[in-house]
Amino acid sequence: MSTFTETAPLAPPRPLILRRPKSTTGFSSWFTTVDHKKIAIMYGGTALAFFVVGGIEALLIRLQLAGPNGTVLTASQYNTMFTMHGTTMVFLVGMPLAVAFGNYFIPLQIGARDVAFPRLNMFGYWVVLFGGLFIYSGFLFGGAPNGGWFGYAPLTSSPLSTGTLPGHGPDFWVAGIVLLGIGSTSAAINFIVTVLNMRAPGMTLMRMPVFTWMMLVVAFLTLFAMPIVTSAMIMVFFDRNFDTTFFLASQGGDPLLYQHLFWLFGHPEVYILILPGMGIVSEVLPVYSRKPLFGYSVVVFSGIAIGFLGWGVWAHHMFATGLGPVAISAFGLSTMLIAIPTGVKIFNWLGTVYGGAVKLTTAMLFSLGFIAMFTLGGLSGVLHSIVPSDTQQTDTYFVVAHFHYVLFGGLIFGVFSGFFYWWPKIFGRMLDERMGKLTFWAMLIGFNLTFFPMHIVGLVGMPRRTYTYEPGYGWDMLNLLETIGAFVIALATLLFLVNVIYTARRGPIASSDPWDGRSLEWSISSPPPEYNFADVPRVEARDDWWHRKYTEDADGRLVHLPAGGAVDDAEAEVAIVDDAHAGHGIHMPSPSFYPLVVAAGLPFLGYAAVFLNPWFLVPGLVLILFGVYAWGLEPGTEPGTEH
Amino acid sequence: MAAIEQAERELPAVPPAADHGNGAHDTHTGVVNPKLGMWLFLSSDCLFFGAFISTFLLYRDRGNQKGPTPADVFNIPFTSVTSFILLMSSLTMVLALSSIQRGEMRRFRIWIMATALFGATFIGGQIFEFTEFTRQGLNLDTSTFGSSFYVLTGLHGAHVTVGIVWLISLWGLAMQGRMTQADSERIEVAGLYWHFVDVVWIVIFTVIYLIPK
Repeated sequence: MSTFTETAPLAPPRPLILRRPKSTTGFSSWFTTVDHKKIAIMYGGTALAFFVVGGIEALLIRLQLAGPNGTVLTASQYNTMFTMHGTTMVFLVGMPLAVAFGNYFIPLQIGARDVAFPRLNMFGYWVVLFGGLFIYSGFLFGGAPNGGWFGYAPLTSSPLSTGTLPGHGPDFWVAGIVLLGIGSTSAAINFIVTVLNMRAPGMTLMRMPVFTWMMLVVAFLTLFAMPIVTSAMIMVFFDRNFDTTFFLASQGGDPLLYQHLFWLFGHPEVYILILPGMGIVSEVLPVYSRKPLFGYSVVVFSGIAIGFLGWGVWAHHMFATGLGPVAISAFGLSTMLIAIPTGVKIFNWLGTVYGGAVKLTTAMLFSLGFIAMFTLGGLSGVLHSIVPSDTQQTDTYFVVAHFHYVLFGGLIFGVFSGFFYWWPKIFGRMLDERMGKLTFWAMLIGFNLTFFPMHIVGLVGMPRRTYTYEPGYGWDMLNLLETIGAFVIALATLLFLVNVIYTARRGPIASSDPWDGRSLEWSISSPPPEYNFADVPRVEARDDWWHRKYTEDADGRLVHLPAGGAVDDAEAEVAIVDDAHAGHGIHMPSPSFYPLVVAAGLPFLGYAAVFLNPWFLVPGLVLILFGVYAWGLEPGTEPGTEH
Repeated sequence: MAAIEQAERELPAVPPAADHGNGAHDTHTGVVNPKLGMWLFLSSDCLFFGAFISTFLLYRDRGNQKGPTPADVFNIPFTSVTSFILLMSSLTMVLALSSIQRGEMRRFRIWIMATALFGATFIGGQIFEFTEFTRQGLNLDTSTFGSSFYVLTGLHGAHVTVGIVWLISLWGLAMQGRMTQADSERIEVAGLYWHFVDVVWIVIFTVIYLIPK
């Protein structure tokens, strides 16, 4: 637990087996860096790679279902595919992408030089990467997860499941989710402490950019949701391996307990995935509408309200389990209630765009697409909250349509908006707008082509998680359309990757503030220096950077202040970069091996759990104990290092 | 005069830690980062234990139980004694912290070791209890009572064990002179964890042993 000792005094000598890494540039530095911006890029790259993998799984599923009696996958391969698609998209794409953006921009938006726990941050990344690779290693070692991303016990837990779910699939899933939980909990702790403790002077909570606010809510949700799913995973593990009977009804266990625990995590998880998207959109819309966000405090408080209400609706995933009329009525009502703060947000976004000088950049298009798609998804969500209609829709493709409208239309559109908006800040180069717009339209069309018909096939009765179907139910044509749509989405993703590669060399160099932005991250160079701010900013207003650039003249018209901004003012920009004292005397945390060492030990514990082989514990515990011990003794900043 | 002023200005701020750019000092909440981080981790751990405690409450008196019931196996006087010892370890932890804050390193080493030993005594009691219960026929797979009892108390025991390893490492560092008055913050963080584990045990002990069926 000495992970929290970042401020250890420097004096005493340390036992060092690994020599302290010095280099902060070059290939090897990526393994030891504690710079939150580099870690963010690693999170983003990893998440994008998993996005491609999860996308390929989706394509296989769609190929299988393109026509009746599909033969692309066997039934058990199909189980593996939809399990891994869901698990990947939720745990290895959605959450890491949010952490990537949060890691990069929370410190920049609140005017901090770093996050609270740089090495814990690094540790969290490696755990997520190793956790992801661990789950996928199931493909090599006796079975990838195949019990659905919700892993319902007793299907995944009982001894009976050796018949229906052969191999180690659920074992890999259970251990992998626990590993990923460790990673996301460390990120959450890091974010909360950073936001609460490390804001620049004058950056009050109600002056914080909405993205940072939403990430704070997300961090609290993660902090309280992950331990619950971890507890459920531990019970499944014991059921599978030590013949406990937590979820086996014949022995007095209760299968519903699993569903309660899982959805008590799983529903807040939905908001963990969607709130970052909402935050990104709230950043993008004001900038390209050239208006302040409409009703800032309402946006913030509705986000907090969603965070609270998200805990009170979990049983709406269980309407068909026979909880009893009182319980399902209560959860139906609470589910309708949560639509209110969500709707409030949508009106705020529309109010922001309304009457603005709208610039339809790619980022703006993705944000507008977010609002439209998310609204559709939200509306079908309200349909689910009506218990009688949910009883009809549950476990049909209607549900699949709903959550893809919310999570793809919400999270992924929001994230792509964030990519196009913040890319110049991160990499110092602009993404190609023409390709970008093409990406947007392809994705919007492909998305609707894929998921809209799912509403209809669902309503006419096509069950989800079914690997094939007979002709003649009226599903054939719509399924074919969906498959075509899925490939259009794949094309759009491919186009985005081409854009990234193309502009890495050819893209126009970005100025520090290419979009005439509002928040602090646009006040420093693109990409930012390692210490972020040469002088820690003193914040005087919400949208502080904007207020430093603009003022009103006597007639109330907006006037640009070139001196404050240095936006298009090449001279001023040079002045910032060449500032004599820039970067001197600023101590930044030194790179470290130990987060990687500790994280490397964890998958061994995972394998020990999967194969019930204590010999895996030995290297795992050695790495962890050595890593934690050395980590605790190592000073946060090596004495005598200055940038 | 000027020399004194100069000297005063050059006196390092206490504690003598450089500004690492991670803003551990002068925070908005007034709580330093490591402590706030530990508080957050513990709040997360509350839900972890909460899930297992709820599970135990749901399962301890399920209808079709086989094997021994709580009334058959529990030896409440024995567990009360080990629980008392665990609670006393919170007292010694407080004494350890106040010793290191006052720079009394010898006392610190004694109290931190006492804390670890009290914790170890508790774990010893738990091991004895587990073997005794198994002998009386209560196993992990005997009943839902057995499953939820062993997993809940076992996970608490695992937390205590991690704490003991942590405390002994701190003691070892102090023996080598690598732990000084300036490090009292680290002891505070370790103390938070240790007190939390004790408090959780009060809840578990009450819920499992004391509340009658």
